[in-house]
Amino acid sequence: MTIQPATFPKGGVHPKENKDFTNALPIETMPSPSKVSLFLKQHVGAPCEVSVAHRDTPAVDDGVLLAKGYQGAVFQLLVDKKDRVREGDRVGEIGANLGAVLHASVSGTVDGVEGALHPQTGKAQALVIRTDPEADFLRPVYEPMDWRSLSREELQERIAAAGIVGLGGAGFPTDVKLNVKPGVKLDTLLLNGAECEPYITCDHRVMVEHAREIVEGAKILLTVLGIRYCAIGVENNKPDAIASLNEAIARSDPDDGFKVEVKPLAVKYPQGSADQIMQSVTGRVRPSGQRSSSIGIIVQNVYTTKTVYDAVVLGKPLVERVITITGRGIARPANLRVKIGTPISEIVDYLGGTTEDLCKVVVGGPMMGFAISDLDVPITKTTPGVLFLTSCEVDAQAYGPCIRCGFCLDACPMGLEPNMIGIYVEAGKGAETEPFGLLDDCFECGSCAYACPAKRPLVQFIRLARMEIDQARKLKEAREQKRKAE
Amino acid sequence: MMSTESESPPGNSSPANDARRLLVSVSPHVKTDTTVARIMWTVVACLMPPLILSVFIFGFQTLIITAISVICCVATEAISEKLLGRPITVRDGSAVITGVLLAYVIPPGVPLWMPAFGAVMAIFVTKVIMGGIGFNIFNPALIGRAFLVATYPVAMTTAWLEPIRDAGIFRYMGSGVDAVSSATPLYVLKHYGMAAMLEQFGSRVSVYGDFLIGWMPGCIGETSALLLLIGGVYLIWKRYINWHIPVSIIVTTGVLTWAFGGERLFTGDPILAVLSGGLMLGAFFMATDYVTSPNQRAGQIVFGVGVGALTVLIRLKGGYPEGVCYAILLMNPLTPALDQWFRPKRFSEGAVQ
Repeated sequence: MTIQPATFPKGGVHPKENKDFTNALPIETMPSPSKVSLFLKQHVGAPCEVSVAHRDTPAVDDGVLLAKGYQGAVFQLLVDKKDRVREGDRVGEIGANLGAVLHASVSGTVDGVEGALHPQTGKAQALVIRTDPEADFLRPVYEPMDWRSLSREELQERIAAAGIVGLGGAGFPTDVKLNVKPGVKLDTLLLNGAECEPYITCDHRVMVEHAREIVEGAKILLTVLGIRYCAIGVENNKPDAIASLNEAIARSDPDDGFKVEVKPLAVKYPQGSADQIMQSVTGRVRPSGQRSSSIGIIVQNVYTTKTVYDAVVLGKPLVERVITITGRGIARPANLRVKIGTPISEIVDYLGGTTEDLCKVVVGGPMMGFAISDLDVPITKTTPGVLFLTSCEVDAQAYGPCIRCGFCLDACPMGLEPNMIGIYVEAGKGAETEPFGLLDDCFECGSCAYACPAKRPLVQFIRLARMEIDQARKLKEAREQKRKAE
Repeated sequence: MMSTESESPPGNSSPANDARRLLVSVSPHVKTDTTVARIMWTVVACLMPPLILSVFIFGFQTLIITAISVICCVATEAISEKLLGRPITVRDGSAVITGVLLAYVIPPGVPLWMPAFGAVMAIFVTKVIMGGIGFNIFNPALIGRAFLVATYPVAMTTAWLEPIRDAGIFRYMGSGVDAVSSATPLYVLKHYGMAAMLEQFGSRVSVYGDFLIGWMPGCIGETSALLLLIGGVYLIWKRYINWHIPVSIIVTTGVLTWAFGGERLFTGDPILAVLSGGLMLGAFFMATDYVTSPNQRAGQIVFGVGVGALTVLIRLKGGYPEGVCYAILLMNPLTPALDQWFRPKRFSEGAVQ
């Protein structure tokens, strides 16, 4: 007898999974690159204020010390260009009330803050550190400790100090997410192990190889949240991950009062979206415009949970992550553990180059990732992988007019009308699309554009509509202010 | 399972930062392999079995009429788009569908040139000047037919042929409109009643069988309910169309005919109503035209019920024995309104506050 895996009822698509390039490849550690570029903003919130310790300041174990006695303004580097940093040193402070701290991901010499190519914004400020091969011995040794002796506040402090953000792609600072307002009733921690993006297998491999850390990390998060129940949602195309997690759960202390269980989910994109996985696992639907805690759930990515374990138990900050390098355009696909800030070009060299017919490089998954034109783009905390697509994997057709087939309406998991938004934008009426609900509900999963037989760039239309709504609103405000002034 | 090695073609690795031009576009970077052209050509393929059968029912000229209709539709689209300076879109197959459907709703005994006029009306007036594919308000093939009924009423309502029973498929070649005339079952039923209809077309059981397979007087492609059903079910299975419109049309027509189609209430013959005329063709291949029918399931059911009800109204009370064509054309312009009334349910509407 097989149990029907849980899923969300509305919308969704079934793109070809293409995970077999890398899903059986063990995680491999790439040596430190020659330099890293650490974006000052790799998270939701304000950019980091750079604060590199002066050369004379002794590197202290704690890392926190390095930030002291320091007036760091945004983008201001108050160090000599030749200052040396050690892997794990805190180099970026939280710029405003929302953000995550930044750590040096390699030991080496600070080059300065400069504009680096960014997959989403084109260019962004990044702290560049040139790796010193001789400084490698400075790499800190992380000693495990018993986290159960720590208080909730201490646990949360350690998570915040590690600069952890949601590694699934959203980049929301994890410690902030754990700060649940008093009065909000939680009952479930939901670990997101769906990994519904085609090609990407980094969470899959982390679940297979680090299941114990995930389960312990889940218990740390449960302790911080003050609840007892954790469900791990995993798409059932990853039976080895499910088995590995179940084994880790069985081995972990059964009498600590926590209940952790794996929930196999149907393979359907976007199963890994927070709204969809919450509905799949708990049947609850988040009201528009509210946080998931309003329905009693906190969602964390499985890999984020593993880094929480590393931060709390080992005191290890987020300086590296596993990414999936895949597609027909790379000589050797792999699941690589790389330093944050590693340029993609160095990863490509490490893996033996690209193929002749490479035609598109995508940072992230094929459904929501960003195409880049230059391989000098560095890896960020939220990069799950890089795709090297060849002409046979890329659909470069011109798009046609909307034939009103309604396929996008059936594909949209949020019940929106992408067809109408596209038609409005094409007619120059993007500012009038607000009633279609795209501002609150569309998270640009791309299901509509995937399903469209006319190959219409519906996500692009939606982004244009968002911009036009924003512009129209600003214009209206400016006019009103002017009228008031008169 | 692909091995790592097989993924790297030997000898063509290149340095990472070469000056190759990389394609940049907005996500998603993978798309379904379903295209407009694939859908349209699949529909064309699903329409081929009734055409082949029509050669054996009404003779070889059905093939010629259909070919002329298709060629005229494609040529009209290509020429008008060329003259308007628009991209030529004939390769997407939608003009071919219109051509095939236009021929299918024409009696098999009409002069061979007649579909050409319908084609211009269907493609140029109904589709191209409205803005091309995706912008027409009415089903192009049905406007083409309505135009021909208005301009050549005699041919369009009397050029019926007696089905061939002996493989003599060239019998009707070259014969004029009034050489061999028959009457459709719906015509006989409307004007002379059920008894006369059964007298002319055989016992009730043999009538059901003949009508299901297609051996009855009627338009070129509308007579074989069975083959149209198979094609329609395939399109539903491929998820190119939903079942909601065809099923609601068929059920509504059946129920209303059963209720009001007999001499007393609830004595009508629903099976005959569904198998005769152009109901199957209309339900599966015309009322499901994307742009002229609603997108949402609820709207589709209302649309289908409307088509079914109007069909029965025209058949029983109107001036024509068959009403599918006008029923669909009357419902077509309601599509934007139905899409407005039946919007998709937002995700958060399912939230319990």
